[in-house]
Amino acid sequence: MYFLDLLQIAFRSIRQRGIASLLTMFSMSLGVTLVVAVLSIHGVVDKSFRNNASLGYNLIIGGKGGGQEQLTLSTVYYLSQPLYPVSGNYYLEFMSREERDKQMVHSFAHRSHEASTIVHDMRQLTSLGGPLDLMAEDLLDPVVEKQDALRADLDRPGKYAHLTEFAIPVCLGDYYDRFRVVATNTQLFDTLVYDIENQKKFEFAQGRNFHHHDKVHTYFEAVVGSTVARELNVKLGHEFSPSHGYQGGGAHASTFTVVGILKPSGTPNDRAVFINMEGFYLMEGHSEPVDGAVSEEEVLKAIDKLPTPEAKEKAWREHVAERAARETAPNQEPLAVEQREITALLLKTPRNAAMDLDKAVNNGKEAQAVLPVGVITRMFDFIITPIQRMLLVLTTMICIVSGVSILVSIYNSMSERRQEIAIMRALGAGRSTVMTIILLESTLLSLGGGFAGWLFGHLLCLIASPMIEEQTGVSVGLNLWGDPFYEPLKWFGIDGSIAERFVIPMEWTLVPGLVLLAIVVGLWPGMTAYRTDVAKSLGK
Amino acid sequence: MLELCDVKKSYQEPDGGTLPILDIPHFAVKEGEQMVLVGRSGCGKTTLLHTIAGISKADAGKILIDGVDIAGMSEAGVDRVRAEKLGYVFQTFNLLPGFSALENVMLGMTFAHGRKDRQRAEHLIARVGLAHRKTHKPAALSVGEQQRVAVARALANKPSILLADEPTANIDPRNQQNIIDLIRETCREEGVSLVLVTHSTEVAGQFERVDKLEEINKVK
Ligand SMILES: Nc1ncnc2c1ncn2[C@@H]1O[C@H](COP(=O)(O)OP(=O)(O)OP(=O)(O)O)[C@@H](O)[C@H]1O
Ligand SMILES: [Mg+2]
Repeated sequence: MYFLDLLQIAFRSIRQRGIASLLTMFSMSLGVTLVVAVLSIHGVVDKSFRNNASLGYNLIIGGKGGGQEQLTLSTVYYLSQPLYPVSGNYYLEFMSREERDKQMVHSFAHRSHEASTIVHDMRQLTSLGGPLDLMAEDLLDPVVEKQDALRADLDRPGKYAHLTEFAIPVCLGDYYDRFRVVATNTQLFDTLVYDIENQKKFEFAQGRNFHHHDKVHTYFEAVVGSTVARELNVKLGHEFSPSHGYQGGGAHASTFTVVGILKPSGTPNDRAVFINMEGFYLMEGHSEPVDGAVSEEEVLKAIDKLPTPEAKEKAWREHVAERAARETAPNQEPLAVEQREITALLLKTPRNAAMDLDKAVNNGKEAQAVLPVGVITRMFDFIITPIQRMLLVLTTMICIVSGVSILVSIYNSMSERRQEIAIMRALGAGRSTVMTIILLESTLLSLGGGFAGWLFGHLLCLIASPMIEEQTGVSVGLNLWGDPFYEPLKWFGIDGSIAERFVIPMEWTLVPGLVLLAIVVGLWPGMTAYRTDVAKSLGK
Repeated sequence: MLELCDVKKSYQEPDGGTLPILDIPHFAVKEGEQMVLVGRSGCGKTTLLHTIAGISKADAGKILIDGVDIAGMSEAGVDRVRAEKLGYVFQTFNLLPGFSALENVMLGMTFAHGRKDRQRAEHLIARVGLAHRKTHKPAALSVGEQQRVAVARALANKPSILLADEPTANIDPRNQQNIIDLIRETCREEGVSLVLVTHSTEVAGQFERVDKLEEINKVK
């Protein structure tokens, strides 16, 4: 076939210029490697974003004040500082009667209720008659009335219980090294299905979940995310003390023991440390000081007044030990509900109830609710998409530079090839034929380089794959065909859903892109070939 | 069969004037005829061959190749006639460096009609005595061997006329004779007319017809 012959001629002439051709192709392959890498990164970001957007819960409840973005960023990504907590009582409004009552055991209300029962009994006794009766009537009645009111708040389901499938509390604010400490309860790992599509819960690579409300296991158990375990070299049984605030904040005396290490999930939880909320509340600074206890500040002042550094050191050590003993005392009661504060609730509503609950909470005075997926999508569109576009534009420019290097390479060879072209013309080749040969040459160079770059890019991804998976939980693999990428279609105004129906992986657009580039850069030397004066070029 | 009538050719000079080179009232070569064209350097021999081959366009006149006038043809038409009817051997640099001897012979076929007759190419390579070197690239061949390949290639499409412009100028006298013999024999075998330009009186002396360009050309 004629075309194949021309292709062969083009190929031979490329081979004839060995090193120069190789270097040109290499520069093209680097450009394409970058494109593939950027597209893969795009895929990873996209996927990990999708992973994160399917959170397993559909509402976040936090205190009023602070924007929706801040609540989402701090709760989903552990990024921004948590701001306004909700009260412990408010949390109970999302529980069923049974659960709520269980929690209420640790409330002042419950203790008062018990007290009121005693008063009630006393009244029964005194009602037998006598002077005591009158006295008790006067003295006890107001107390009883108050206790009855409190009692009314017991033995009832939470206000929003019917709109709640589960509500997982998280308390933020502490750090272990540079990683966020998330105080929560067992539900985060026992109940939450974070990847709904694949019905995946957080899994343990080693160990187990911590226990809640369980004195055998103490309140001081912890679970660490995969990244934390890797970067801080945390093993099961490792003990640590969370510090208050990010680096530089004072360390708590309480030590938590790591009982579980999570598998990578590709979620921000890989980079977090989870502790039992009960332990969190018992830590110094998270609960009211015990009656009669000296404040931390006073202790520090007292120590500072000591004469020698040795004495200071000794006193400090004693103080820390004593504080630790207090914080971790085995007979500690959990903090009362009324004293608790919760940074946010990760809440899943029954089907179709999200909007109702969202409205109900936001209309109330105590808290705000956000739909995190909406917020995340908005943030993604505002921040990540432009960055990705910029990266794509950049790599496209790199490809154009590679294209120009092809142009330079072919153009430089034109002077020495005038004779070859003249010979072909003398053999009967037409002007358009020699031009086609030059265009084929630039196409072969760019496609050859492009293919090498494409392969190289994917090999790179394959090599980096374990690392990426560890960091993001997204598996890349060789992924030769790339990820479907609808952005360019959207730029041309094609609706996303239509675009998704034509699943065109972005990398497929590389081929026509490269051919177009090759033709554009081959046109100039091609025209030179076209215009070659045969008579002048022969035998010179 | 080649016939030229009132062919005129001049070059444009940089100062705008014209430099007439050729003005040939009549020039013809019969089918299968072999002739030599001589003339002093710069008298326009190469220009004449280029004009016959359609590489340079004549300013006026008729150039009939097998009865077809190429002077009035479109460029694409001239290209086709050149590919099918003419063989051309230059003084040097005849071959494409990226292709082997055999492939160089087949190249002409590619441009003529797209059909590569490998058997004929092999036959021609063997005929010029290079069967054992057919896969070599030009760089690995001596100048004499390269000229042999050029001869084989010029004959590849069974042309009606072979134009040879000083094909032996760069070759030692003994090999020079071999090449001339080869050209003449193969042209005879293939029934191809031969127009050969040479400065060698020894070569010219072997031909029955020797034209002096100065004599057929009115531009002196
Ligand atoms: N492109 C051109 N522009 C202007 N003048 C030219 C051009 N090509 C050739 N000439 C002139 O035309 C004349 C004929 O040149 P040509 O090459 O045909 O001579 P020749 O007979 O083949 O000489 P030689 O025997 O040295 O090869 C020369 O004077 C040359 O300078
Ligand atoms: Mg000449």
